[in-house]
Amino acid sequence: MLNVRKDFPILTKVHNGHPLVYLDNAATTQKPYQVIHAIVDLLEHHNGNPHRGAHILSVEASVAYDEAREAVCRFINAAHTEEVIFVRNATEGMNLITRSYAETHLKKGDKIVIPISEHHANLVTWQRVCRVTGAELVYMYLDETGHFTEDDFAKIDGKTKIVSFAGISNVLGMKVPAKKLIEKAHAVGAVAIYDGAQSVPHMKVDVQDLDCDFMVFSGHKMMGSAGTGVIYGKRDLLNDMEPFLLGGDMIEYVQEQTTTFNVLPFKFEAGTENVEGAVALHAAIDYLNTLGWDAIEAHEHELVVRALAGMKNVPHLHIIGSTDPDEKTGVIAFTLDGVHPHDVATILDSYGIAIRSGHHCAQPFGAHIHAEASNRISFYIYNTVDEVDYFIEKLKLVRKQMGYAD
Amino acid sequence: MENMSELYSDIILEHNQCQENKHTLPTCTLEERGHNPSCGDDITLQADIEDGMIKDAAYTGHGCAISQASADIMIDLIKGKSVEEALRLVDLFLEMIKREVTDDDALEDLEDAIALKNISNMPARVKCAVLAWHTLKDAIEKGRNK
Repeated sequence: MLNVRKDFPILTKVHNGHPLVYLDNAATTQKPYQVIHAIVDLLEHHNGNPHRGAHILSVEASVAYDEAREAVCRFINAAHTEEVIFVRNATEGMNLITRSYAETHLKKGDKIVIPISEHHANLVTWQRVCRVTGAELVYMYLDETGHFTEDDFAKIDGKTKIVSFAGISNVLGMKVPAKKLIEKAHAVGAVAIYDGAQSVPHMKVDVQDLDCDFMVFSGHKMMGSAGTGVIYGKRDLLNDMEPFLLGGDMIEYVQEQTTTFNVLPFKFEAGTENVEGAVALHAAIDYLNTLGWDAIEAHEHELVVRALAGMKNVPHLHIIGSTDPDEKTGVIAFTLDGVHPHDVATILDSYGIAIRSGHHCAQPFGAHIHAEASNRISFYIYNTVDEVDYFIEKLKLVRKQMGYAD
Repeated sequence: MENMSELYSDIILEHNQCQENKHTLPTCTLEERGHNPSCGDDITLQADIEDGMIKDAAYTGHGCAISQASADIMIDLIKGKSVEEALRLVDLFLEMIKREVTDDDALEDLEDAIALKNISNMPARVKCAVLAWHTLKDAIEKGRNK
């Protein structure tokens, strides 16, 4: 198991007389000193407006920002640094792709195919594309335990122009057959979009190996600060797109009535860049690289095995999706008969345990599986087996607190 | 709130389990859906009003124990009362939650709803407690503007 807790100051927090047990990592992750200090160092010593000035601080901020982009490029194995665009988060990334690519490239009769389990960022955005272009949104409904079926794959047909999916669903916590989906998309000439919000922080995601056309992820779910996410896009596609936001450094020449735009990646980065966010993401990537994916995945797998084994013995508990630890990543959503998820979360919070409750920004999936709200635990590198055991122990008290016998 | 038994008191658990007010009405003059988009609590409130009196009221939907108990308590409280009196009680409840009225004597008219007084210590749950009450207020105000 990894031993990194000393790096995370927030993990010493005590809530309601109990040590904090933070199990809401799919929502956001905690930050190690290495990331916190990188932000402080930038603001104390190198803060300027990047790419705009001749003075030392602008130059230093530019170097820090450009180095962060190069670090992301290596991290996801993009072929070119200009294929890495900084945005606020994965959601903004999906908005950029749907507005700047899909709304101008799709037409009536085209199909967009997504799994039913998608986050609203990869769903509401497509509803608008359909409204604007007349395209049709088609769902892959998955089987009862969250697996793709042959019927699902068959929905990717000759009319399909977009296949968009999360590498790991934030409700099911299962890895999707990404390569197969991307191959199917390319076989019919469609563009494949990989939402890496829940996978990039937890496993090696290599965009060239996947051959996805676009990929998005959020920095704050991998120890970076909120407000910095990434879009990866193949260069030819990005060059063929309209800018998303206008103004600032994204211009080439501006005249009274017309403007030509800057080259990639600047074309998509309007306004003063979030340098501290980029620097934080760079530090987070360095931190993950030091640990190594093998150790990270082994650590999270051990927590999942322990949690699933323990949860099997909690009466009246139902896990959403597969219960096979080899299919599950560190995201486990569940319901408890007779107790609404908000009540579960409130009771666990009184023991210092932070979990997510609600629809997890995936309402159509909740409606599809008749679990409008559910509970969700999610792990990261600093969680321990002892925390999992403590969570199971307190989970068993929840129904009793609500007046049930067991 | 340190002690969960204070939040999930017997009164709240009883009203949460109680199904007496949880159904649709055969006839109603007022219907309003109330919804907390961030957490998914979703109720539909119905009332049958005649000559300014609430003859009957009921709700359907789903949500946490706090939102369901609060809806049940509110319906118990307003049934048989005038619309004006119901509105006064809604405002008094909202003032209690906002801690604008804290004196127990002043809150006496709220009956079982006083059990939700300490929810104001739990910012994450306030919107659960006030859902039904806001929904009723919206419904009555919309009905008036028709």
